Amino acid sequence: MTDDDREDRCTAVRTRGPELAVAGLLLAIAALVITDSLRVGIGWADDGPRAGYFPFYIGLLLAASSGWILLGQLRRWSADKDEFATRQQVGLVVSVLVPMVLYVGLIFAIGIYIASAVLIGYFMVRHGKYKAGPSLLVAIGVPLVFFLVFEKWFLVPLPKGPLEQLLGL
Amino acid sequence: MEEIGNLMHGFGVALTLANIGFMFVGIVLGVLIGVLPGLGGANGIAILLPLTFSMNPTSAIIMLSCIYWGALFGGAITSILFNIPGEPWSVATTFDGHPMAQQGKAAQALTAAFTSSFVGALFAVLLITFLAPLLAKFALKFGPAEFFAVQLLTFSSFVGMSKEPPAKTLAAMMLGFALAAVGMDTVTGTLRMTYGVPALLKGFDFLIAVIGLFGIGEILLTMEEGLAFKGQSARISSRAVWNTWGDILKYWKTFLRSTAIGCWMGITPGGATPASFMSYGMARRMSKHPERFGKGEIQGVIAPETAAHAAGTSALLPMLTLGIPGSPTAAVLLGGLLIWGLQPGPMLFVEQKDFVWGLIASMYLGNIMGLLVVLTTVPWWAAILRIPFSVIAPVIIVICAIGAYTVHSAMFDVVLMLVFGVLGYLFKKLRYPLAPLVLALVLGDMAEASFRQAMLLSQGSLAIFWSNPLVGSIAGLAMLMLLWPLWGIVKRSLVRREGGAFGEVK
Repeated sequence: MTDDDREDRCTAVRTRGPELAVAGLLLAIAALVITDSLRVGIGWADDGPRAGYFPFYIGLLLAASSGWILLGQLRRWSADKDEFATRQQVGLVVSVLVPMVLYVGLIFAIGIYIASAVLIGYFMVRHGKYKAGPSLLVAIGVPLVFFLVFEKWFLVPLPKGPLEQLLGL
Repeated sequence: MEEIGNLMHGFGVALTLANIGFMFVGIVLGVLIGVLPGLGGANGIAILLPLTFSMNPTSAIIMLSCIYWGALFGGAITSILFNIPGEPWSVATTFDGHPMAQQGKAAQALTAAFTSSFVGALFAVLLITFLAPLLAKFALKFGPAEFFAVQLLTFSSFVGMSKEPPAKTLAAMMLGFALAAVGMDTVTGTLRMTYGVPALLKGFDFLIAVIGLFGIGEILLTMEEGLAFKGQSARISSRAVWNTWGDILKYWKTFLRSTAIGCWMGITPGGATPASFMSYGMARRMSKHPERFGKGEIQGVIAPETAAHAAGTSALLPMLTLGIPGSPTAAVLLGGLLIWGLQPGPMLFVEQKDFVWGLIASMYLGNIMGLLVVLTTVPWWAAILRIPFSVIAPVIIVICAIGAYTVHSAMFDVVLMLVFGVLGYLFKKLRYPLAPLVLALVLGDMAEASFRQAMLLSQGSLAIFWSNPLVGSIAGLAMLMLLWPLWGIVKRSLVRREGGAFGEVK
């Protein structure tokens, strides 16, 4: 084994954690589906099957399949050495995911156009290592084009914030 | 030949100046979607769907289906020039397409790819033209039990045929059904699984799920790979086109075989991606020089492209006649039909003749136009791919957010899109298939309605599913598909037992 190999193994995230988490999540959803189906009734009323009749079985099947995955993963817990991604890759994904979450938050606060400009500018400077000039140009130009296409051409209003109100748009 | 007459009528509907304009816009947008990573046929159409609500349904579906053809064509450009499959179904095209480009034969590879796509699609459209009316006429006799059996068959074949673990396929599918059931129950008016959250009253819209799963999820995946585009440039001269056309004529057997595989996989919900791999594998196995594959063999481009396009096109056959889409993109188109107030299924051929035949005619025209557009505009698309990912990624995120918002003008949907995006990333990494999830989300209400109607007819007895030979054989086939993976497990354990006896020798 070379040094590189060993290094890779130390810095990799294993599959088993995320695998267990997703199976657990699905099992939890199945529990929600089954509980609520029982609440609205899974049997027959005078006019036919009740609302929970079909979803109940869906919930059961979801519970069975995710439970199967969950148990299978637990059974080969220590033997499972599959890699999900390297730490560096996970870092990259997080470095995109966090700005995305902030972006959606920003849309709530200041509307989609300004938020988009901020997102594009941030990406170009942070990930593309662009200078301020071209970044600013693209960051303002793209939302402007979208504004014209949606608000003027297709007449579809998108979320707007204080700045647009100030400009009277 | 009633079909020919209908088709001519369809050409009359489709061949208006406005519709040809929509076709052109659709093809160009489609190629753009196919070329850009993170935007694909399914989520591209999902994003553009709200913009077409004000158009008349025929023009709208013509434009949307042309986006689909464009995306199928566009995937080949990135695979051949950049070794980056823009769409999952063009992965197999990279195997031989990119080596050809590296050897300076990019023009031949592209011409072969586009022509094969065209041929595959053409055969599939011919199949639709003549088979769809028959199938629709046959399906008019279907009752709720038959419909549910066909839906069951669709979903069982996912479990039986997909390469992903069966338990994960089943889990993804059931998640789709569960999400589809959230909100108001259309039959009894009861609220289901909303747990008092007002935003959940209208349920989960599959358009949001598609934009998140395929769009945001794909961006996260692409980012993980730390993409750097390094590609070959290409310009297609008319001489290269003629020479390549002369060349590929001698591979007519590959064309026929790949078309057959593609059509079969498209009608049964195997989809374009497995069809392309299967066809590539077949071409290599049947070839006299299998060792040349992977090093720039033109057959290795023809086979997957023909099959992918044939599958992508024929996926619309069950969508139109039975209301059961054969692929996620067909599912999105079906969702569009429902929004426009058209009920897909056999009645569509009786009640909406203009619409159906206009659409079928536009498939011929759209593919011809698509071939011409891509052959002439390749250098531009290659130039678009040179824009760095750090610029394209945020723009695609913005497009997805706008697309999610415009569906219901609700900010909750944008948040939901993000959640689906993370889910899509995790599902892709953990080998949960996304197609059954989307299909179940789209068909959930319909499947539930037909199941309940069948149960009402039989007073709750499952025996209705084998009450006559037709429904019995469909339901039987569905059960066979569902239990298919079990046979694999049994076979493996048998092999293991035999292997165990002689284990020491090895």
